[in-house]
Amino acid sequence: MSTIELLSPIAIPMMSADESAKLRVTQNRVVRSEWMKMRTLRSSWLTLGLAIASMAGIGIIISWSTANDWANMRPRQKARFNPLADPLSGLFLAQLAIGVLGVLLIAGEYSTGMIKASIGAVPRRLPVLWAKLLVFTSVTLATMLPAALITFFVSQKLLSAQHIQTTWSSPDVARSVIGVGLYLTVVAALGIGLGAIVRNVAGAIAVLVGILLVLPVIASALPQTWGDRVNKWLPSNAGQALMSLGSDNTTLSPWRGFAVFCGYAAATMVVAAVLLKRRDA
Amino acid sequence: MIDARGLVKCYGDKVAVDDLTFEVKPGIVTGFLGPNGSGKSTTMRMIIGLDAPTKGSVTVNGRAYADHPAPLHEVGALLEARAVHTGRSARNHLMVLAATTGIPKRRVDDLIDLVGLTDVASKRVGGFSLGMGQRLGIASALLGDPATLILDEPVNGLDPEGILWIRNLLRSLAHEGRTIFVSSHLMSEMALTADHLIVIGRGRLIADVSVADFTRQASSDLVNVRTPEAERLRALLVGNTVHVTATSPGRLEVIGLTSDEIGDIAQANSIAIHELVPHQASLEEAFMELTRDSVEYHTTVRASA
Repeated sequence: MSTIELLSPIAIPMMSADESAKLRVTQNRVVRSEWMKMRTLRSSWLTLGLAIASMAGIGIIISWSTANDWANMRPRQKARFNPLADPLSGLFLAQLAIGVLGVLLIAGEYSTGMIKASIGAVPRRLPVLWAKLLVFTSVTLATMLPAALITFFVSQKLLSAQHIQTTWSSPDVARSVIGVGLYLTVVAALGIGLGAIVRNVAGAIAVLVGILLVLPVIASALPQTWGDRVNKWLPSNAGQALMSLGSDNTTLSPWRGFAVFCGYAAATMVVAAVLLKRRDA
Repeated sequence: MIDARGLVKCYGDKVAVDDLTFEVKPGIVTGFLGPNGSGKSTTMRMIIGLDAPTKGSVTVNGRAYADHPAPLHEVGALLEARAVHTGRSARNHLMVLAATTGIPKRRVDDLIDLVGLTDVASKRVGGFSLGMGQRLGIASALLGDPATLILDEPVNGLDPEGILWIRNLLRSLAHEGRTIFVSSHLMSEMALTADHLIVIGRGRLIADVSVADFTRQASSDLVNVRTPEAERLRALLVGNTVHVTATSPGRLEVIGLTSDEIGDIAQANSIAIHELVPHQASLEEAFMELTRDSVEYHTTVRASA
């Protein structure tokens, strides 16, 4: 059949029958691949570093400056200071970094074209999404929970110079500090889901910021009776109930709020999974 | 072995692929030809499940691509050289793909050597030239030691040395009994590389033939003759089934006789022949001829619709 002679055959490295018999896509292998993907991008390290720096840096700076300035502070400022909530306020910036990284991990593949290689290697597609979710939520929990703990304990140490610290065993404390790690872990899932749905980095980040930051601002402009009813159900308000001190009827109870936030993230992931399976890559 | 049956792909109202049925056999290089926008890339994307067919089906070795437990061992594909994250190094890109199916690290290095990217393997892909990107794409296609290779315009952006290398690579791979399906718009390249051709135009199958048959079918038996005695030769040649046209003084175009027959008649009549050239249509010309027809056909269909 061949009409053309082979001039200089190229020796293509072959795999042994043993080796090729072991080739198989498994969820574990896809998880390992996604872990490598995350590790091998500079943007992952930068964004994760930014999240840790925001979480710990802001809290520690607030505690340090408060402790130093305590003698000069006005009584009203002193009354407003909360030794648990104020050191944890880096959370508001950290959630953006975590959400953005979640978006980047998947929408970044669409903008570069990498998704075609990813889906070509795992044509059943969903294992890729689950692996990204597992890898990134684990990384988030494993970094942000320690970051919250360190922020808390370093802050209390600094505040103890003025005897204005709180303790781990005080009401709300353990739940709030651990809650920071849990809340950010769910934000990570939300970022992955939105990135997979929107498939465009800038667009998905805009939606993320809209949901976490802009919605509560808009809702706060509602008349109070409406606002009280709607506000607490918004994703970020529901999730942040986990870090609330005491409770009133404007917020959901801590674990109920967190469950609602998890529900939003789960719904986002379901939509992402259906779309990933249905749409052309 | 690729088996496409009644493949249809529509994007909105636009029909990109229109009822394509073909087989791609192992052990040879099958060229996939068609003008730009004829549906080649879409067809290839459907083979590896990136796009879902609107109708019809396509299998690779008897199963849909996604149903193979080790897809990269089944099909290696180079669809776009830029299916790579620009922030990752070439080696890491290959390692990430290899990890999904348990391909050993050593093989990644072997392939980097094979495609000649050893020196730049740890550089970020964003800085790669088109040719380097193409070589990385070929390395990722070969990663799983696949039985079938699908390459969309693999010589794009390669220098002459690279083109020669691809040509040899494809023939070597076919020689090992693999199925090689390669698209190109460079007909001359296909003539040198492919054994069999699948030609499409506007998403429809135009031809499914061996390269030799394709060229033979398309070439007319026209012979160019240059002689100082054009008038006399013309009178001798002309007949029922033979057409002779004088194109310019001393030049004739003969249809209906082979160059051997013309030479013999001239010699028998002592006519000097200065030039006797059988006109063999190039693959390029044959391709243009075929696709021009397909364009006309589709225009008619549209007008009547």
